[in-house]
Amino acid sequence: MSTGPYVLRVNGHDHEVPDAHLGESLLWVLRERLGLPGSKNACEEGECGSCSVQVDGDLVCSCLVLAAAAVGREVTTIEGLAPDGELADVQRAFIEAGAVQCGFCTPGLLMAIDTLLDDLPDDGAEPDDLTVREAISGNLCRCTGYGRILAAVSIAAGIRREHGA
Amino acid sequence: MTIARTLDDACAALAEHPDALLLAGGTDLMVGVNRGQVRFDHVVVLDRVDELRGWRRDGDELVLGAGLTYAEMGRGELPTLVPALAQAARTVGSPQIRNAGTLGGNIATSSPAGDTLPVLAALDATIVLRTSNGTRRLALDRFVTGVKQNALEPGELIEAVRVPVLDGPQEFLKVGTRNAMVISVASLALVVDGAGRNVRVGLGSVAPVPVRAVEAEAHIGGCIDWDAASVPDIAAVDRFAELVVEAAHPIDDHRGSAAYRNHAVGVLARRALLRAFPGSAP
Repeated sequence: MSTGPYVLRVNGHDHEVPDAHLGESLLWVLRERLGLPGSKNACEEGECGSCSVQVDGDLVCSCLVLAAAAVGREVTTIEGLAPDGELADVQRAFIEAGAVQCGFCTPGLLMAIDTLLDDLPDDGAEPDDLTVREAISGNLCRCTGYGRILAAVSIAAGIRREHGA
Repeated sequence: MTIARTLDDACAALAEHPDALLLAGGTDLMVGVNRGQVRFDHVVVLDRVDELRGWRRDGDELVLGAGLTYAEMGRGELPTLVPALAQAARTVGSPQIRNAGTLGGNIATSSPAGDTLPVLAALDATIVLRTSNGTRRLALDRFVTGVKQNALEPGELIEAVRVPVLDGPQEFLKVGTRNAMVISVASLALVVDGAGRNVRVGLGSVAPVPVRAVEAEAHIGGCIDWDAASVPDIAAVDRFAELVVEAAHPIDDHRGSAAYRNHAVGVLARRALLRAFPGSAP
C-alpha cells in the first residue's frame, strides 16, 4: 500500500518523500529515499542501536519508527550533528580517544552520547560511570570493548562543559 | 493511514477500519513489519493523542494513559506512587526502547514476558478499553487470555490503566542474561498493601499469561508482624517461596528451562519479600 507523498523534517530541512510504501521504517527512508546513509542498518529489531536518531530530542531506533508516522516531528541524524562540516564535540572526542575501529556502530553511539550530554543536569558535573554505561546500553560495539568509547564520553563531556552544546 | 490527534479521531478511524493496525511506540510492531510478518492496509497512529499521554490521580487510584512510555514511568512522582512499575520500566530494553515503548503497547502485545504485566497483575490493575460507542473496563486477568492473545475487540483500543496507590513497599525483580536489552527469563512483582495488610505477587515469563501466586499471598499475609514490618519466622519465608514456585507453570524454551525458571522465581520471591520486610530474620 502506498502512502502518497509526505514531508519529513530532517536536520532542520523539509524533505519530500514521494510515493513511498506504507510499511517503510524511518531508517529505510533516511537511507534509501533521502540519501542519508549515516544511520546504519543492522538488526532491524531495536537490539543494536546502530540506527539511533533523535526524534523531537528523544533518542530512538529509527528502524522501529514508521516513517510516515514521523510527519511533523523534528528528526536529527548523524548528518545533522555536523551540519556545516565542522566536527561536533562528540566526534572530536571519538577521534581523540581512538574510539572508532570498524566504525559501523559509531553514528549510533554518537547520537546516544550527544543525547546523554544534552540531557545532563546543568551543574557541570561529569556523568558517573553507571549513567554513561546505561546511556549507551542500547548500542552494540563488537570491536572496541567499549573502553575507549567510555574515555571519549569523558572527553566530550569536558568539551561541552567548556564550550556549551 | 490516520495520525490521530484525539481519542475520538482514533476511535472514528478504527470504526471505519476495524482491522487497522494500532501503532503506539512501535517497538514490538515494527519488528514484525520490518520482517514482512505483519501486513496491513491501514494504520492508526496513536502517539499524538494527548488524552493517551501522561497520568493523573483519581482518589486512591492512578489513571495511567496507554501512551505512557517506559521512560516516563521512571520520572517525576511515579516511582514513589507505583515503585514496582518504575522498576519494571527501568529493566525494559535500552534508552531507545524506553523512549518509544508504551504501557498500552506492552499490554496489547500480551507477551508472557511483558515486563509491566506482573506488576499490573499484583496491583489488580483495570484496563480501560474504548470504542466509538463508549468504554468498558476489564481486570488484567480477563484481558490477557493467552500467549499474545487478549480480549481486545476489533475497533477497540486501550485508553488507560487504573492502578491503586498502596501504602507499602514494592519490588520488581527480573532474571536475564544482562542488564540491558533482555527479554525476561523469569520475573516477579511483589506489592504490599499496608492498609489492607496483604502481600500480592505477580509472576512473568513462567506461564502463558501473568500469574498471581494467591496461595503464597494468603500464607504470608498471616505470618507478618505488621507493626515491626518483619516476618519473624524464617520458615514462613521458605514456605512462601515454595508456594510461589507452585504457582508457576513454566516451559523449556530457548531462553531457559522450566526447572531453572522454577528455581529462579523461588529465589526472587524470597529476595523480594526480605527486601519488603527488612526486619525479618536472615
